[in-house]
Amino acid sequence: MTKYLSIESVGMSFDTKRGRFEALRGIHLSIEPGEFVSLIGHSGCGKSTLLNLIAGLLSPTDGVMLLANREIKGAGPDRAVVFQNHSLLPWLTCFDNVMLAVERVFGAQETKSKLVARTHEALKLVGLSHAEQKHPHEISGGMKQRVGIARAIAMQPKVLLLDEPFGALDALTRARLQDELMGIVADLKSTVVMVTHDVDEAVLLSDRIVMMTNGPAATIGEVLAVPLARPRERLKLLADPAYLDCRKQVLEFLYQKQLRAAA
Amino acid sequence: MSAIAIEKTTDAEALPPAPGAPLALVPPPRIDIQQATLKWTLVILPPLLGILMFIGVWALVSASSPNLPGPAKTWASAVQVFSDPFYQKGPNDQGIGWNILSSLKRVGIGFGLAALVGIPLGFLIGRVAFVNGMFAPIISLLRPVSPLAWLPIGLLVFKAANPAAIWVIFISAIWPLIINTAVGVSRVPQDYLNVARVLDLPPDKVITKILLPATLPYILTGIRLSIGVAWLVIVAAEMLTGGVGLGFWVWDEWNNLNVEHIIIAIFVVGIVGLLLEQMLVFIAKRFSYEFQA
Repeated sequence: MTKYLSIESVGMSFDTKRGRFEALRGIHLSIEPGEFVSLIGHSGCGKSTLLNLIAGLLSPTDGVMLLANREIKGAGPDRAVVFQNHSLLPWLTCFDNVMLAVERVFGAQETKSKLVARTHEALKLVGLSHAEQKHPHEISGGMKQRVGIARAIAMQPKVLLLDEPFGALDALTRARLQDELMGIVADLKSTVVMVTHDVDEAVLLSDRIVMMTNGPAATIGEVLAVPLARPRERLKLLADPAYLDCRKQVLEFLYQKQLRAAA
Repeated sequence: MSAIAIEKTTDAEALPPAPGAPLALVPPPRIDIQQATLKWTLVILPPLLGILMFIGVWALVSASSPNLPGPAKTWASAVQVFSDPFYQKGPNDQGIGWNILSSLKRVGIGFGLAALVGIPLGFLIGRVAFVNGMFAPIISLLRPVSPLAWLPIGLLVFKAANPAAIWVIFISAIWPLIINTAVGVSRVPQDYLNVARVLDLPPDKVITKILLPATLPYILTGIRLSIGVAWLVIVAAEMLTGGVGLGFWVWDEWNNLNVEHIIIAIFVVGIVGLLLEQMLVFIAKRFSYEFQA
């Protein structure tokens, strides 16, 4: 197994007003190139903290993280993040939001027209060519999240990090975006780490599902490999025993082994 | 099926008005027009009544107080004043236009200087905790001081009336600018700063692409408040410093016992202030993006 992204005995503690809070302890995880890994767990289990550590938005208090054999220090465009609340800049058009990222990553070595072409291409990939000149407040939640995905993939990151990317969307829009994401990720062969609390989403999209125990001092409880062939089709999977078994295992982990009185 | 349904509804609609078929078809648009007129009446009527009431009270008060000119007399005087707004008969006797312009000029210079200092300073205070700690006590101490208390200091330092008046405007206009900019900068959502970090934007881009646009609505509020204060203060400052300007004009006409002109000046100050405010609201709307989740 090739280690592309490697998390070695990582722990994270926060200094709060009520003393030290240990959020994560002893996290070991290796991710191969092109792999799609989901982090799932009850809210407050530190899965978003782990994602922010990989993104470099937080620095671990323990352990090391390596990406392509280099230590992760601080945030950077090789680890693009799709935020749950899209985090588009409201004063820029969709085009300019993506362009800002493209310019940052490729601006030094490419001509302006090449950068513009890259931006157009990224927006086309998420089906938003028609809304390029719109501002974020003029488009729907699903479209905003698409722009967020376009911004992230346009950066051609080593790892794509998704923080509950579809959590704020309605079920129908969510399903459509999940299908689109599957297609894009398959085309680009991206390495993806996604935080989710949606069991179906995790099983549908992932190669492996990392199930986290409840905090404080949360850690990885179980890792489930999803043995489903790609491309996957939502409707066909509904009757697939392997799919149902994966789903059952994740649900059992969440609701029997890690049941919490009031989550 | 559908044909019957249509017939039924037309029947039902035609039933109530007896006078005839053509009339029966007209009502819907007519109600719209009536409703629109009613809506507009309700928009226009209350302020109109208010103004009329104000003029009425003014007329009553002036009728019982012989020294206070009534609305009619003031109006006649205003027509005369505005018939030749740009005459110049020596330094102490100039048209209303010159008075307004020189007051606006002082406010413009004083406010401009305040913006030049206050907005960058507010940015620093909002961004750097150390600078915030340095300036917080000074700002808390000096902000509540009445603007006119600064006039003697200005006269002492600049040894002339005009720069002293501008100084007073500067010092009274700077606080809302500093405070609003600082609050705006410190309230830039963490999400946008995270975007900046993930993109690893260089500092100049962080300022132009993220901090400035995110803070702009706050800065514009600061500008509105500070222009409002500046315009409030200029009249008082000019009353003390003299020269040309609305404040000086008020004081001069008080010495001449020309009360009509004082009342005209009050209205002019109010209207110019209103126009300044409206202009800035317009600019704020033009430049502010909409925040939406």
